[in-house]
Amino acid sequence: MQPEVVFQQRFEINGGDFINAGESSIKIRNILKEIGIDTDIIRRIAIAAYEAEMNVVMYAQHGIMHLLVYPSKILLKIEDEGQGIEDIDLAMQPGYSTATEEMREMGFGAGMGLPNIKKNADVFDITSAAGKGTKIEIIMNLNSKNG
Amino acid sequence: MTLETIKELLNAEVLTEYSGQNIDIKFAKASDLMSDVLAFSQPFSEPNTILITGLTNKQVVRTCEIAGVCAIIFVRGKNPPTETIELAQKCEIPLLLTKLKMFVACGILYSHGIRAASTQKDR
Repeated sequence: MQPEVVFQQRFEINGGDFINAGESSIKIRNILKEIGIDTDIIRRIAIAAYEAEMNVVMYAQHGIMHLLVYPSKILLKIEDEGQGIEDIDLAMQPGYSTATEEMREMGFGAGMGLPNIKKNADVFDITSAAGKGTKIEIIMNLNSKNG
Repeated sequence: MTLETIKELLNAEVLTEYSGQNIDIKFAKASDLMSDVLAFSQPFSEPNTILITGLTNKQVVRTCEIAGVCAIIFVRGKNPPTETIELAQKCEIPLLLTKLKMFVACGILYSHGIRAASTQKDR
């Protein structure tokens, strides 16, 4: 049986919106703080959310970040419409990046985003279709501190 | 070490109304790459960490908010834009500005006992 969702919220992310990039992740962090989630777990999910949000801003036209809190886990889904990723194995390699000069000037695009999301998540899943978009799912278990 | 001491050691000025002078600082990160600041924030959470950087855009403040960094030192005399200061003000992250180069600022702080954040071995 599917466990009951305690809390859920969806956040819209606009591609190219460098001004507001990161606001959804800050909101997620604040929501989880209010719910009373362990500080270390909040930090890990906030970092993963922020990296994923920056990816949508940098590489996609539009995206939705969906936060679902269950009694025993937190699920974060990020789905975007954009250029997608042709070779996921390559994109997962630390240091590999297709970032533009503008993104690098912002301090991003060092090729650490996806590996960092994976590192912070207990469960990480990515699917992508070139020319269509990318979908990432992250699960954080609430019973283990550092999965 | 308090942020006030760091301010004196680096001959820095505080750019935000919130000076956070009594925050006790133990660790520092130094980078112009926000990706790296995020990537090397884990898995150990360390409060009392500052960021030393030459990058001055708004995303620096956001990154620090996400990574749990409690103050930012801008080096090489690089004045951040107003929007960066406003955001820092809002999330109560004090901003300091020093004319020192990053290497020198790091050296001074290291010699006074500040250690690298998030590298449990090579401190």
